Amino acid sequence: MSATAPARPNAIRRALDSDLWYSFTRSPITVASAIVALICVGGAVLAPWIAPHNPFDLASLQLMDAFKPPAWEMDGDPNYLLGTDDQGRDVLSAIMYGARVSLLVGFCAVLLSVSIGITAGLAAGYMGGTVDAVLMRIADIKLTFPTILIALLIDGVVRAALPREVHDQIALYVVIFAIGISNWPSFARTVRGSTLVERNKEYVQAARVIGVSRARIMVSHVLPNVLGPVLVIATLNLGFAVLAEATLSFLGVGVPPTQPSLGTLIRIGNDFLFSGEWWITIFPGIALILLVLSVNLLGDWLRDALNPKLR
Amino acid sequence: MRNDIMLETINVARHFDVSRPLVQRLLAREGKRVLRAVDGISFAIEKGTTLSLVGESGCGKSTVARLVVGLYGPTHGSVMFDGQDLAQARADSEQRRRMQMIFQDPYASLNPRWRVRDIIAEPIRAFGLTRSPAEIDARVGELLTQVGLSPLDGQKFPHEFSGGQRQRISIARALSSNPEFLVCDEPTSALDVSVQAQILNLMKDLQARLGLTYLFISHNLAVVRQVSDRVGVMYLGRLVELAPAETLFNTPRHPYTRALMEAIPDLEMTGRQRIPVGGEVPSPIDPPSGCPFHPRCPLANDRCVAERPEMIPARGTPETLVACHAVEEGRDRVGEPLVAA
Amino acid sequence: MTAPLLEVRNLRVEFPTRRGTLVALDDVSFSIAHGEVLGVVGESGAGKSMTGAAIIGLLEPPGRIAGGQILLNGRRIDNLPYSELRKLRGREIGAIFQDPLTTLNPLYTVGQQLIETMVTHLPLNPAQARAKAIEWLELVGIPAASQRIDSYPHEFSGGMRQRVVIALALCAEPKLIVADEPTTALDVSIQAQVISLLKSLARDKGTSMMLVTHDMGVIAETADRVAVMYAGRIVEVGAVRNVVQQAAHPYSAGLMGSIPPVGRRLERLQQIDGSMPRLSAIPPGCPYNPRCPHAFDRCFVERPELMPAKDNLAACWLYAEQGVPRHA
Repeated sequence: MSATAPARPNAIRRALDSDLWYSFTRSPITVASAIVALICVGGAVLAPWIAPHNPFDLASLQLMDAFKPPAWEMDGDPNYLLGTDDQGRDVLSAIMYGARVSLLVGFCAVLLSVSIGITAGLAAGYMGGTVDAVLMRIADIKLTFPTILIALLIDGVVRAALPREVHDQIALYVVIFAIGISNWPSFARTVRGSTLVERNKEYVQAARVIGVSRARIMVSHVLPNVLGPVLVIATLNLGFAVLAEATLSFLGVGVPPTQPSLGTLIRIGNDFLFSGEWWITIFPGIALILLVLSVNLLGDWLRDALNPKLR
Repeated sequence: MRNDIMLETINVARHFDVSRPLVQRLLAREGKRVLRAVDGISFAIEKGTTLSLVGESGCGKSTVARLVVGLYGPTHGSVMFDGQDLAQARADSEQRRRMQMIFQDPYASLNPRWRVRDIIAEPIRAFGLTRSPAEIDARVGELLTQVGLSPLDGQKFPHEFSGGQRQRISIARALSSNPEFLVCDEPTSALDVSVQAQILNLMKDLQARLGLTYLFISHNLAVVRQVSDRVGVMYLGRLVELAPAETLFNTPRHPYTRALMEAIPDLEMTGRQRIPVGGEVPSPIDPPSGCPFHPRCPLANDRCVAERPEMIPARGTPETLVACHAVEEGRDRVGEPLVAA
Repeated sequence: MTAPLLEVRNLRVEFPTRRGTLVALDDVSFSIAHGEVLGVVGESGAGKSMTGAAIIGLLEPPGRIAGGQILLNGRRIDNLPYSELRKLRGREIGAIFQDPLTTLNPLYTVGQQLIETMVTHLPLNPAQARAKAIEWLELVGIPAASQRIDSYPHEFSGGMRQRVVIALALCAEPKLIVADEPTTALDVSIQAQVISLLKSLARDKGTSMMLVTHDMGVIAETADRVAVMYAGRIVEVGAVRNVVQQAAHPYSAGLMGSIPPVGRRLERLQQIDGSMPRLSAIPPGCPYNPRCPHAFDRCFVERPELMPAKDNLAACWLYAEQGVPRHA
């Protein structure tokens, strides 16, 4: 029973007037997670420009500065807000650069999952029959393997097949591929479900009556109407993907140590946890939690906001 | 073939396989289950006229609508569009342009993500009727005006309109390819009664102005009476009576048609006591033997149980085709109430 | 005349939204006498179902009663706590909805549901209640009731299910039944069966009924009086014959006129142009003024109350000179 707002030419004002924005501003937790997520993503993306130090610039590394605790501790150095690691790298800067790698892997992996999932889901849902049966059985089989197992498998195969230097160069892509390939079934299933509903709607039949081709109906009629749930799952999946990458890196099969992600930082720091240098692993850990939690909370909100039945 | 026939179906049938999945079927040791949604019906629609099909839910009338525009293929029998087999006609975009469909649910029949302008222009673009954007805009504006909306409405999205206005948009879309034959599947049953009158009047105006031929599907006999030249009554996938509208409403012959007429609430307040026919529509998966109406029919006898009646001219009103042994044998008690009070 | 069974006084239901409060029911007043069937008609969104929901205390949040009173047998029921309201539903007010599946619990047999309702509200032990449940099922025309009592709702067809719902609504012998579109989901031939069942049961048991429907035919056959609603207000109330055959309010007249007759073919149906305003855009004065062929100056500024009009009460300034406004 929404009121018909008078037509406004300005798209931004229309967005501010939308129900989505309204439900966003009404949920303090969501606003807080959005701010946290924005800080995490902003810090990661802008790291080369705003990070206090460049942890990869070997020239600027001072071994003298190694194992400095956070600035507020007794031996702290105000130059290194969150302290330094065993090689004198600024932990805060390392986190920012690490989040950059984590997010890059997460985004690309989700993008891969979404592309495969949408294509498979649309095809299965709209064409039905054998196409549907084959695609969905593949998805079922895929779902019986845990993400980490598949990633380890792919990583192992690539490692065995390629010389070490080459492997390090493409390790990032291997991780993206490994995580992306393991998450597509959830997208495919959702898209297939929505497609089954949309396919029988009368607007699709109206297009069929005038002889619009299958591919065109799928892309221009069905696709725009099944994207809502995809957006929700994609947001939630971003959290999972970042976590999966961290897990792999923690296990040492993720991104190469030359491009440390949050997971790598945690693994490195883990070695010093019991010798008292807790900040090397705790701060990257907190950053990872904040990032994943805020993204997941945003995803939860989006799911509720887009599904009027849950409100 | 007479060339004033727009559409003809010849013993057309459409069956659906509603069996359970193979494994379950084997476990439960049951055979295939076939739903005979449409089970051999024949009718013809003259150009410029309206034929209506009435019946209750599950009688197959909407399946017929989808058969004659090619959304479903017939299991057997054939559909002829202007003298040409439908499958052939559908392969030719010039023939396809001549047929259009209007749907029941004004909320599901318009893509919610498209602007009204694009919805109406879709057939124009699909058939390449004109390629210039300016001409498309002009044509869309003209169509919107024709159905009683403003050309400015093209900028809006479907959710900004009421049910009646959406149905006008559906009609505008259907008209945009300059069709000659419109299939209307319950076009007013989702609308309020005052809006229903608007849409029915609009459809009649358009028919008079553009010489359209309608196949009109409805469960509402009163609506059907207002728009039809001929009426077919369907029951469990078959036609049981087919007659000119006035004949059918003045002297309904098949016991089912008479029961339907009986069941309409009496608005004229004559105090007439309705005696409803008992029972319910059987499942089309397992239809009764012989005449499908016999379990509910007060006139049924052994022959009705055993032998399926064919559509033949009725005694007394030969312009009526009716599938009923009782009518054929003259034991249908015309003029008396079907069920004794 | 004795006191009415149900009296609704100046009922106002609001929906707070972020764009302001929508008034879904505005100053709705009517009453139902003992044993009377009141039909409530109107187009979708007119507020007829909401009136019924307000009476049985089942308004969907965030909707809330913002004013007025609902009295059952002289007792206010619009401000009862939830536990009281639950006792009231079933015992004193029975409800029948459009979709029988939403009323019946799919996990229990129809017998269990009938017995539970009766044991809760009537001084019966389970064995007596079971016998009574079979009686009710027979009464609503379920064949082989003593066997079917142990069937689950999904084992019944749509029409049979609605019969079970009727039995469930009536079995605790409530004084009032609120029936919201009880036949809309059914086929025409089944509709006739259910309507005549409902009518005869209400008559035999002396139950009052509020029959909400958009189908004038159903009202004409079943109701004693009828209230016509438009944009959250009652625009006309009167004996059913008077409203159907000589409606006073231009909207009711238009509504009756737009119903296609089955008895004859009209060249052109009477139609009401335009559509009902959205709740957020109800015009000042009479809400029908943008569509009314008789609207004049006063209609655009001043809201009409129900006033005597022909043999009915209508909220229309055309009848202002007949007397002072008063309530139904």
